[in-house]
Amino acid sequence: MTLPPNDEPAIRVRDLARRFGGFIAVRGISFEVARGEVFGFLGANGAGKTTAIKMLTGLLLPTSGEARVAGYDVYRETESIRRHIGYMSQRFSLYEDLTVRENIELYGGIYGLSDERIAKRSTELIARLGLHDVRDTLVGSIPLGWKQKLAFSVAVIHDPAIVFLDEPTSGVDPITRRQFWEMIYTAASKGTTVFVTTHYMDEAEYCDRVSIMVEGTIAALGTPNDLKSRYGAATIEDVFVRLARPAA
Amino acid sequence: MRTLRFLLRKEYRQIARDRMMLAQILVLPVIQLLLLANAATFEVTRARLYAVDLDHTVTSRALIDRLVSSGRFARAGSSGSMALADAAMLDRRADVIARIPRDFERDLLRVDAAPVQLILDAKDGAAAAVTRSYASTIITGYAAELGAARPGRQAFALGAPAPAAPRVEVRSRAWYNPGLDYQDYMVPGILVELITIAGTLLTAVNITREKEIGTLDQLNVTPVTRAQFIAGKLIPLWSIALVEFGVGLAVAAVVFHVPMRGSVALVVGVAAIYLVAALGIGLWVSTIAGTQQQAMFITFFLMLIYLLMSGLFTPLRSMPDWAQWIAHLNPVMYFVRIMRDVLMKGAGPSDIAPDVGILALYGALVFTLAVRQYAKRSA
Repeated sequence: MTLPPNDEPAIRVRDLARRFGGFIAVRGISFEVARGEVFGFLGANGAGKTTAIKMLTGLLLPTSGEARVAGYDVYRETESIRRHIGYMSQRFSLYEDLTVRENIELYGGIYGLSDERIAKRSTELIARLGLHDVRDTLVGSIPLGWKQKLAFSVAVIHDPAIVFLDEPTSGVDPITRRQFWEMIYTAASKGTTVFVTTHYMDEAEYCDRVSIMVEGTIAALGTPNDLKSRYGAATIEDVFVRLARPAA
Repeated sequence: MRTLRFLLRKEYRQIARDRMMLAQILVLPVIQLLLLANAATFEVTRARLYAVDLDHTVTSRALIDRLVSSGRFARAGSSGSMALADAAMLDRRADVIARIPRDFERDLLRVDAAPVQLILDAKDGAAAAVTRSYASTIITGYAAELGAARPGRQAFALGAPAPAAPRVEVRSRAWYNPGLDYQDYMVPGILVELITIAGTLLTAVNITREKEIGTLDQLNVTPVTRAQFIAGKLIPLWSIALVEFGVGLAVAAVVFHVPMRGSVALVVGVAAIYLVAALGIGLWVSTIAGTQQQAMFITFFLMLIYLLMSGLFTPLRSMPDWAQWIAHLNPVMYFVRIMRDVLMKGAGPSDIAPDVGILALYGALVFTLAVRQYAKRSA
């Protein structure tokens, strides 16, 4: 599924804010994500990343501001947004009491794939992820790294225009992380825009552009090289530490 | 429709794999029905009778034999001493003492009236009242026989000062349940309670669990609509609850010999309508509860109202007005009433139409409310 052919960016956000009672989780952020871009959305725990993602995916109503995802308004056109996006949440959220194949089949069906297409995608996916031996095993009993890769594959099963990944690699080993990023690049090469949050700063280097969120605002935004030269830092991690703890 | 097919397949698979849930749905209610149906009775059988016979005549002994042979009383002992009888009651060896005074037979023959004293352990007031009424019936019956055997003379009566034997005889006949069999009356009601509780709780917990483990958010970012999601949840649970109802009905018929005077198909049909309301309440609970624990607490609160304000254990008429008013908001009340009417009285569709109408309206209302409250996006 691709975006309608116009020059609207994949995501456009202006002054987007969200308040929970007296606590302001996101204080008026603005940015754009171009089509086909791998956009890193960084920030410390509690900086407001997940809140922002939830507003963009239509899980949470914004308090104020504007946002358009895949060209659709987040207030009024969430149903259209949902047809064009994929989402992998921070918590593993495939059904642990269904098998690998059953999970693939369920989401394929939900996204309107035909039976033949589901069967084809399913075989393809299982082969690519090397899950052949566990294809009829309940997902709850396969290792975390495999689960994460499966969750990603399911999130892009319908070839969405944009995929939102909320800390997809947290808790997995470095080799699996590397494989995971290969999968992200594969998706991006097919035209899917990737919006990914992480707190592994080395992963930020894999992104086309990154934004760094600090206490509900975007403190910096640019390509990894841009940011490093702007802050005279050797790594994105140094940039991050400087922004997150300005006193240090 | 295609989406729904996938959701239903998913749900049935999960249910089939969840042994705890299957047990909860299909086995536990049957066990509960078997247990509760035997426990929830107001009948008193074999109240322990201690006889203090101070008369020692044929007539007095015949009276005691009459009480015991009725099957309602068991002999707990007899002696000529009130002190011993008193001790027996204190030790919980006797529930009722029948004291027949000296000269019982003589008074009966001479003045046509003689007192018999009944002393009841009224710690359990309801049971004592039932025991007293059994004893009175037997004693009055015996008195009437004695009177009839000696034309022109009146027999003794219960209590002192003794009134004459009743000139107007009251013969009560219990309609629809001639044997006053409590199980006939209680089992259909208990069955309604069980499927209500299981249906409401399962629905509430099932949806809240998806909320808790995050799979609900995953579904909420997909194009699955509210209607598809809710139908995908409720159709499996509804069908299971209906099967459970059928199993319970079979147990009621085979094990408890509950009469099925009316149409079984009719009650199953009403159950199908009723369950929409019961599951709708579960759905509503899941929209306000954040965790399974909260869902359970809310359901337990509702459960007590379901149980105690349904007319199942206590008649509605004996409740104060405000309580009756609340009872009329309780869907369980209507279905218990329908079950009893159809199974015991053989009521037909036209007899129960008003109650069924209320249930249907109730279901539609609760369902609409719950669906409106269920949002894919939190505010």
